Amino acid sequence: MNDGRAWVFGDNIDTDVLAPGQYMKSGIEELARHCLESVEPGFASSVRPGDVVVGRRNFGTGSSREQAPEALRHLGVAALVAESFSGLFYRNAINLGLPAVVCADAGRIRPGDRLRVDPEAGRIDNLTTGETLACEPIPGHLMQMVRDGGLVPHLQKRLQAQREAAR
Amino acid sequence: MHAQTLAQKIIARAAGRESVSPGEIVVCRVDLAMMHDSGGPRRVKPMLDKLGAKVWDPDKVVVITDHYLPAKDDESRRIIRIARDWVKEAGVTRFHDGEGICHVVLPQKGYLRPGMLAVGGDSHSPTGGAFGAYMFGIGATEMLGVLVTGEIWLKVPQTFLVEWSGRLADYVSAKDMMLALCARLGLDGGQYQAIQYVGDAVAALPIQERMTLCNMAPEVGAQVGLVAPDAVTQAYLESVGAGGSDLAAWQGDADAPVGAHLRFDAAALEPQVAAPHSPANAAPVAAHAGTRIDTAYIGACTGAKIDDLRMAARVLRGRRVAQSVRFVVAPASAHDQAIAAREGTLKILTDAGAELLANSCGICAGYGEDRLGENQVAITSTARNFKGRMGAASSQVYLGSPFTVAASAIAGRICDPREFLK
Repeated sequence: MNDGRAWVFGDNIDTDVLAPGQYMKSGIEELARHCLESVEPGFASSVRPGDVVVGRRNFGTGSSREQAPEALRHLGVAALVAESFSGLFYRNAINLGLPAVVCADAGRIRPGDRLRVDPEAGRIDNLTTGETLACEPIPGHLMQMVRDGGLVPHLQKRLQAQREAAR
Repeated sequence: MHAQTLAQKIIARAAGRESVSPGEIVVCRVDLAMMHDSGGPRRVKPMLDKLGAKVWDPDKVVVITDHYLPAKDDESRRIIRIARDWVKEAGVTRFHDGEGICHVVLPQKGYLRPGMLAVGGDSHSPTGGAFGAYMFGIGATEMLGVLVTGEIWLKVPQTFLVEWSGRLADYVSAKDMMLALCARLGLDGGQYQAIQYVGDAVAALPIQERMTLCNMAPEVGAQVGLVAPDAVTQAYLESVGAGGSDLAAWQGDADAPVGAHLRFDAAALEPQVAAPHSPANAAPVAAHAGTRIDTAYIGACTGAKIDDLRMAARVLRGRRVAQSVRFVVAPASAHDQAIAAREGTLKILTDAGAELLANSCGICAGYGEDRLGENQVAITSTARNFKGRMGAASSQVYLGSPFTVAASAIAGRICDPREFLK
């Protein structure tokens, strides 16, 4: 994975902050413009493709709305790193092909640090500080789905294989 | 076969196994999949179309509209229309349109049974745990996976026993138990494991209060909340035409290892209030008593079922809310509202000054036009008070039981409901 800049947030970043209810009936384009605005007003306009969003404990707590990770993916965020994720959010992120990496040392990352994240190996190279942080590797069966681009393309492959086998 | 918790027994059955152990990843057959209008058809239909796939078993799917109702603008009407059209196209007959909030309507239709493995496209889906079902919330893409395959993977959880012994004092409720648990565990203390509520105070709770316990399990980060089915469960299930389950099969083994065992004294529990912007900011009501409020809201799956409306009515009977307070009540289902109307509960609330809103998620989800305005201070019987969730980012939401919300509405400030004990 290429390196990206770190955007650093605190504990319990919730789905209402990531995908505000007020914009939920809009398409992802409009919704993503308001992603994280109540805690970091310039985020959506300044984040660049390949950037990494870093949280502390329980990132993504709250609702099942997958527009929360979808908004981050739409804005080009390449990976999420946190000390822990809400279980439901974690599943949603992986299902959308957005790697969510559990890193006990996420608190060592500073805003703007350049990070290279390797979810499968379970390591983050902080190119700014020269530090290497150990993470929990994403299990192989989930990384396969992430590499396919998420559950939908993954199922597409599976269904296609079934259809070919039936032919 | 080793001793197993209730959660393990349900998962083992759904995975086609004799037994399972915490930490194992298993693939389960899904007995029931529930969706609402927001995360349901409007999200899964385009993906199903893209895959050219059909629903694995339409009889196991339930669709309930509750988020974009009342549909007061074109976009909301479009979203509701997608749900109505899709159920026909997919052959889903268990469709309930405008009858109330999904987590409350689902058991009222007799769809839930002990031992089921069920998923819902909403984070409060663990409400089904009150009936001894292993039910958890998933996102729309994961729901698509279920609709196509009829399966879902999960990591077998540890069980955290939450034991409430003794007896709750009057004007103290399941909501107070959960706010106290949020304060103790924080928003992530549940670690995506299974919480099972036990103890005599839990056994003494009516079914809807048990629903409140399970409904808020996600507030402490658990995957599910469970109450083992008993005579209370059975009586309820029979009343909705869903009786006949073998209750003995759906009890955890007494010697099954658990991840934690937390003990609470129900008799010592006081009414709780959680300050903005987290349910974990809960403390006995005295900590916030006197805080002036603009809005008091009895609503949502967490706090507007018939038992919740009755709690509010007990405090409000023969009283009126403060003139400065907007008191809004959105009964959680049409069924519960009809009971409230029949028995006079609803009249007590409206006589006290309640403004009735539709049987939908409304303000709690931050979707409707009644959202909280700038700098509004509210006390609500709902589950979540995250910043900006129910309206303006500057609004301040306190969480309390229906008793506490009603008492605060009368006083115009946050107030201990025991001041109104008769």
